[in-house]
Amino acid sequence: MGNHTTTVTDASFTQDVLQSDKPVIVDFWAEWCGPCKMIAPVLEEIAETHGDKITVAKLNVDENPQTPASYGVVSIPTLNVYRGGKIVKQIIGAKPKQTLLKDLAEFL
Amino acid sequence: MSDIRNLIIIGSGPAGYTAALYAARDQLQPLLFEGAVTAGGALMNTTEVENFPGFPEGIMGPELMMNMKSQAERFGAELVTDDVTAVKLDGDVKVVTDGSGNEHRARAVILAMGSGYRELGIPGEKELSGHGVSWCATCDGFFFKGQQIAVVGGGDSAMEEATFLTKFADRVIVIHRRDELRASRIMAERAMKDPKIEFLWDSEVVSAQGETTLTGVTVRNVKTGQTSELPVTGLFIAIGHDPRSDLVRDQVGLDPDGYVLVESPTTATSASGVFACGDLVDHTYRQAITAAGTGCAAALDAERFLADQEDSG
Repeated sequence: MGNHTTTVTDASFTQDVLQSDKPVIVDFWAEWCGPCKMIAPVLEEIAETHGDKITVAKLNVDENPQTPASYGVVSIPTLNVYRGGKIVKQIIGAKPKQTLLKDLAEFL
Repeated sequence: MSDIRNLIIIGSGPAGYTAALYAARDQLQPLLFEGAVTAGGALMNTTEVENFPGFPEGIMGPELMMNMKSQAERFGAELVTDDVTAVKLDGDVKVVTDGSGNEHRARAVILAMGSGYRELGIPGEKELSGHGVSWCATCDGFFFKGQQIAVVGGGDSAMEEATFLTKFADRVIVIHRRDELRASRIMAERAMKDPKIEFLWDSEVVSAQGETTLTGVTVRNVKTGQTSELPVTGLFIAIGHDPRSDLVRDQVGLDPDGYVLVESPTTATSASGVFACGDLVDHTYRQAITAAGTGCAAALDAERFLADQEDSG
């Protein structure tokens, strides 16, 4: 499986996410989160198939505590979609691929 | 017909993987649906498993499940990370429909869908789910560093969550509606001895408050009827599980609580060629090792059923 997702950090969040021309879906995840691992391959697939319309970014909450705190993320996985610097969609918890695709349809 | 398999297994906890391992070693080439987001089952959201025999130092739940999975794959089980959305279990050929709408056929089916966490059913619970209300301490505990949080429940899962959460929270309040714990002695003692854990006995949570995130819960004493406010930023719910039998409702016999009925000591359900195992069946023991044990039994029962069919067919 190729790597089509981008890694973002507290330091790069403003530039890579908030100032992005394309909508960015940010996956707040951690190594110790079982459900995060379940959705990782699905996000990779979305990045591969729809990378022209949306950027799929991964933010490790262990290494980057500021961004989750400033967006009130207290449960992972949380998927936030940012467009024009604002959150336009939030999906909390692991969901099957079909459900995720439906939830994200407007951006794909 | 060549597109009819021997065996399809639905579910991927210790029961499903063990059934797959046994069936694969018997060269039944089983197809197992792991679930789109539930692969590995309930143990994927746990930390250390101390009571699975063969691991004297304990093993992490996710690692144990990955081991079971690769052991099943080693003998040729075909695992698919997808949900099953419909089944047709009557007749000689069973039909299983996956999350993409594809139909799969088999002469035998093993049901191992396990159980799902139970909700409190109180105002604010759904709205604040993911915003302070949680069912997964291992996923969400991290976000409550230095805070005051509550755990609801009195069983092993509640004690495990409470103990785990002390790694992050300053104060963990266990809210339990009885005046004694249902948990095993070792888990209960560990929690009772922990200086960060307090117990609120004879109490139930009646509502969760908060605009965007949880700010507190209302607790009612079940003996006096008195209510009080408890300012907590996290509410971890561990009040038990319900069998995930919706998929097979109306097709196999269930007990009043929704558990699939089997002809003990076998795993045969009311539908011929359909077997059930694990937490889907078991409201008494509910352990990883008992689930694995009944998963093994289900595979052996399915093997015998298929062999008998061949003899008579």
